[in-house]
Formats: sequence, structure tokens, C-alpha cells
Amino acid sequence: MPKKTKMTLKEIKELLQAEVIIGVDSLDLEIEFAGGSDLMSDVLAFGKPGILLLTGLSNAQSVRTANIIDAKAIVYVRGKKPDNTGIEEAREKGIPLLSTKYMMYTTCGLLFSHGLPGVGGLSSKK
Amino acid sequence: MMSDENGLSHRFEINGHDFSNAGRISTNIKAILQEIGIHSSIVVRTAIASYEAEMNVVMYAHRAVLTLNITPEKLHLKLEDEGPGIENIDLAMKEGFSTATDEMREMGFGAGMGLPNIKKNADKFEISSIPGKGTSIDITICLDKTEKK
Ligand SMILES: Nc1ncnc2c1ncn2[C@@H]1O[C@H](COP(=O)(O)OP(=O)(O)OP(=O)(O)O)[C@@H](O)[C@H]1O
Ligand SMILES: [Mg+2]
Repeated sequence: MPKKTKMTLKEIKELLQAEVIIGVDSLDLEIEFAGGSDLMSDVLAFGKPGILLLTGLSNAQSVRTANIIDAKAIVYVRGKKPDNTGIEEAREKGIPLLSTKYMMYTTCGLLFSHGLPGVGGLSSKK
Repeated sequence: MMSDENGLSHRFEINGHDFSNAGRISTNIKAILQEIGIHSSIVVRTAIASYEAEMNVVMYAHRAVLTLNITPEKLHLKLEDEGPGIENIDLAMKEGFSTATDEMREMGFGAGMGLPNIKKNADKFEISSIPGKGTSIDITICLDKTEKK
């Protein structure tokens, strides 16, 4: 399997069999790297603009944190979905939201083995 | 909003324990900075510092006033809260030190990363506290150099 380094949101949606909560019109967005955590202060410390945020935290803070760091989109793991406040704020800020049934480890593994790198530092490059 | 020879000034009030609105003021600040055309890397650094400081007020203090001052040279955020204050600032500044409750952790906070991360994103950071009264935080971010982080 040839390794890719970028994925579109549509490819990510298909790979993760995810539901699109917001952003059906943004599925051609290109994602270059991802990072996963349920801890927002970790995301604020290690996230980089453009990140695809994977999280199991489904309150409005997940969306607010994503907006603060200029994340490109959020994938909620374990079938989580944000509350209505979160959904409204994501719509306002134009942040696509996806939800997958896979757990965090599997979600990361699927994306990583497809060639999508992690955020900065230690990368998948050999 | 006020404007004088010292630049533009915005004043916000943060309510302690108001978790449902926590982060809205920093979201607002980010939008203001974007609107006036501040470089995006500076906008993100300022927004992160503001958000961590706002979350701390919501989690630990009763209320605070946040002032954002914008001059051609720098952005300045000042937070003054009424609350329990911090007994040992050196300890509070350590990565990983946290007195967050389970409720706060469930909300995605309480890793003990907030204050160190504010310092990391600021060009100048000052914190002072009077136990039993409150905490003051001063964050300065320079506009003349776009890259620092
Ligand atoms: N405004 C404040 N008033 C009183 N205590 C504070 C205030 N800000 C921080 N503290 C104390 O300092 C500790 C460390 O703060 P810091 O922001 O670094 O981490 P945290 O808030 O516990 O977790 P995180 O920021 O990673 O979500 C807090 O747990 C709290 O005890
Ligand atoms: Mg904090």
C-alpha cells in the first residue's frame, strides 16, 4: 500500500466510517497531520494550527479549543457527539465535525497506518 | 471599547464557576485580533494564553476583569481576579501541578499545563497573588517580531 502523507476529510470519513455532523461541504479539505487527546490543556500545549483534532471530549470546550488553536476539523471518537452549543459554535466558526465509532487507539492507528503523520516532533518518517 | 493615545482597549468580565460559557471571551478576543489583521501566529499565541487564563478564573476564582490593550508595538492582556489566590506560585508554575477537581478533569482541564503554557506563549509574563484575595496576571506579546515560538 503506497503511503500518503495528506488525506482529504472525505478519505478520513470513509476510512473511519464516520458520520459528518457539520461540514458536508468541506469534505475536500486537505488534512496534513493529526493529534489526539481528551485533555484540552494538552491540546493547547502541543497542538499546531491546521491539526486534525481527535478527541473523546464532547463538550463545547472541545470546539472552543479547536477554534483557539486554528484546528482544521474535529473527529470525535467512541461515537461521541458534541452538545448543541458545541455544534452551533462549530458551524459559526466553520469547523467540520465528524464522529466515528472507533475508539481513540484504533482511530489513531487507522489514520497513522494510512500515512497521516502526527503533530510535529517525532514523526512517522523513517 | 476605548481608544486613546495608548491604543485600543477592551474590557471583559469573567464569571467564576460558569463552565458553560468558559472560553467564550477568549474566542471573542481571537476574533477581534483577526479582524484587525494581526498575524495569525500571534493571534493563536494570544488566544491560547487568554484561554488558559480564562479557564483558570472559571475553575478557581470568583470573578475577574480581563483587559486587552492593543498598541502598534504590542498586545497586552491583564487579568485581575477575586478568589482564593495562589499560595505557592513557583509550585503552581510547574508543569503537571494541579488542584483541579474531577469535574474539571472531565471537562478536559486540570493537567497542570495552563500557567506554563501561558508563559511559553507570552513574550513577557508576570503573575502575582495575595492568598485569600486574588491573582493578577500580565501577558505581553510583541507585534514587531512575528516568530517566537
Ligand atoms: N486564578 C487562579 N486562582 C487561584 N488558583 C489558581 C489560579 N490559576 C491557577 N491556580 C492554581 O495553580 C494550579 C496550576 O494552574 P495551571 O493553569 O497551570 O494548571 P490547571 O489549571 O490545574 O490545569 P490546566 O491548566 O492544564 O487545565 C491550579 O491547579 C490552581 O491550584
Ligand atoms: Mg489552568
